[in-house]
Amino acid sequence: MKKNLTAWLCLLPALLFLLVFMVYPLVDVLIYSFEEGFNFASGRFFGTGFYNYSYVLHDPFFIQALKNTFIIVIITVPLSTGIALLISMELSSIKFLRDLFQTIYFLPYVTNTLAVGLVFMILFKKTAYSDGLISLLIQVFGGPSVDFIGGPYWAKMFVMCFYTIWIVLPFKILILTSALASVNPMYYKAAQIDATPKWRVFYKITLPMISPMVFYLVITGFIGAFKAYSDEVALFGTDLNAAGMNTIVGYVYDMLYGNSGGYPSYASAAALILFTIVFTITTINLLVSKKTVYYN
Amino acid sequence: MKIVLKHLTKRFPNRNKKIKEDVIAVNDFDFEIEGGKLIGLLGPSGCGKSTALNLICGLEKPTEGQIFFDDIDVTNLPPENRGVGLVFQNYALYPHLTVRENIRFPLENLRGKDKLSKEEMEKRVQEAAALVQISELLDRRPSEMSGGQQQRVAIARALVKMPRVLLLDEPLSNLDARLRLQTREELKRIQVETGITTVFVTHDQEEAMSISDTIVVMKDGVLHQMGKPQEIYDEPVNLFVAKFLGTPQINVFEGKISGGKVYIDDKAVLDAEGVADRDVYVAIRPEGFVVDKNGALTCKFINREVMGRDTSVVATHDKFLGENIRAIIPSEEAVDHEDGTVSFSLKPHKVRLFDKATEERIKI
Repeated sequence: MKKNLTAWLCLLPALLFLLVFMVYPLVDVLIYSFEEGFNFASGRFFGTGFYNYSYVLHDPFFIQALKNTFIIVIITVPLSTGIALLISMELSSIKFLRDLFQTIYFLPYVTNTLAVGLVFMILFKKTAYSDGLISLLIQVFGGPSVDFIGGPYWAKMFVMCFYTIWIVLPFKILILTSALASVNPMYYKAAQIDATPKWRVFYKITLPMISPMVFYLVITGFIGAFKAYSDEVALFGTDLNAAGMNTIVGYVYDMLYGNSGGYPSYASAAALILFTIVFTITTINLLVSKKTVYYN
Repeated sequence: MKIVLKHLTKRFPNRNKKIKEDVIAVNDFDFEIEGGKLIGLLGPSGCGKSTALNLICGLEKPTEGQIFFDDIDVTNLPPENRGVGLVFQNYALYPHLTVRENIRFPLENLRGKDKLSKEEMEKRVQEAAALVQISELLDRRPSEMSGGQQQRVAIARALVKMPRVLLLDEPLSNLDARLRLQTREELKRIQVETGITTVFVTHDQEEAMSISDTIVVMKDGVLHQMGKPQEIYDEPVNLFVAKFLGTPQINVFEGKISGGKVYIDDKAVLDAEGVADRDVYVAIRPEGFVVDKNGALTCKFINREVMGRDTSVVATHDKFLGENIRAIIPSEEAVDHEDGTVSFSLKPHKVRLFDKATEERIKI
């Protein structure tokens, strides 16, 4: 008992912190989401029920945010994981200049977001003085001038996905190169002696051996992409609804503090909808992983 | 199928970059391995025997020389085209696949005219599993098996594609003593049953002696002797080979030949007619001692170890190199050591002489 007491005492600061900053707000959000028209200032509300959820689900801005978020998730998670896998495979197979390439691929991770944003502006934004590098390049090949930041939806979405993939790549490459390095080379030798084709070595040996890491990246990738917001702001500014590039988290933020702010009930309902989505996707991921991921 | 090595040499750049000189792992190997036999590559660790194995299977490319399988030059052939089966020291079984999937793996790689149907594959897997007696374990994962069972799976996987040569790298080193004994008999049985030319690497001389048809003794990349186990044991070409084979180790004394007699200290222990006077090492197998009150070799008695079948007499001598002399005598024989000494006479055919300068064998 005495030993237990000491243990609890040691845990107390962390537990208090968790209670105050994690558990209490979570419970609060749940409560807000069922209180109609809750007002921070007065602390009053009209009634309880599912009205907030109904409102959010019928709000065209939310529908747009939901659509944007899903497009970003569906495009960036598989693509970034796949590209990271490809790059790490190449990195592990070369010897010459390997460290240099490793550094280059890791640069986005240590570069300031503002600097990255600036570079993307130079690449994509159409201003009075320039069409943006990529647009100029397209014109060289006879294409039309495209404004990627203020132009059509597909162009904006392209920049958005490109940016997201580019920004999450370094971490994934880092994880995957170390996972690949941990595969015992004798398996490859054994496969070589048995005349195993390259694709089969990858599919039958490499991939299962690094599957726990790939799975980790897929799960965190999904969660991260569903929470996308700051990258959108970096590219399209704070008025994401006007740009048509809002995300669910952006919608939550707008409901709390944006131009149309002051609606904690709607924000809470939207946050809980996001939670439900992430929870469902992660559960599906876990179920799929039971059959496909090999743990040593 | 016979394997012919022609002036095979493998050099590696030195790990220590300050030393310009290359490390020679395999130095000018030039010999022929008879087809259908079990060959043991024997040597202390780091002597290049695994490199030699890797050269034969193609995982390493030789710096110089050639390798022939029968009359076909395979020197520049990649391992996958050589038709060899290799069993790795720690087996290299794919941990995420079941035993069946592991054994089937090489078969699934077959393409074109060699491609097998599912039924044929299963039949071959069953045959290979039956050969190494693991038929009832096919649905297990490697992690759910003992070392000996994993070893069998590894052999089955190497054999299932019917290789022309089977190579084993320290096949028994990961097994405990009893399993090692059992598995090496098993290995011999499988080799005899399949008739595949088999080369295995070991640092354990007993292992090599017990199952090999031919032993290749090497040290520091140099081949020292090649022959039948008994031949090598009886007629070692130099002191290294004599010391490396046999447990307990051969007993080596400093001595000299003078006037047709072999002396240890100043006692003449043996005749050596017609051999020029010189300093020598006198190496005596443990079974070459006969306890004899009037024997010429008098040693300080330390202990008598009873081992049931026979007895080992432990003693020391000033001219003895190493720690203790071990003489093996029949257990019923009495050992007279009242005064703290024990005297031996020697069986001449168990004594070998080596030149002190060159360590080469001197025949008498």
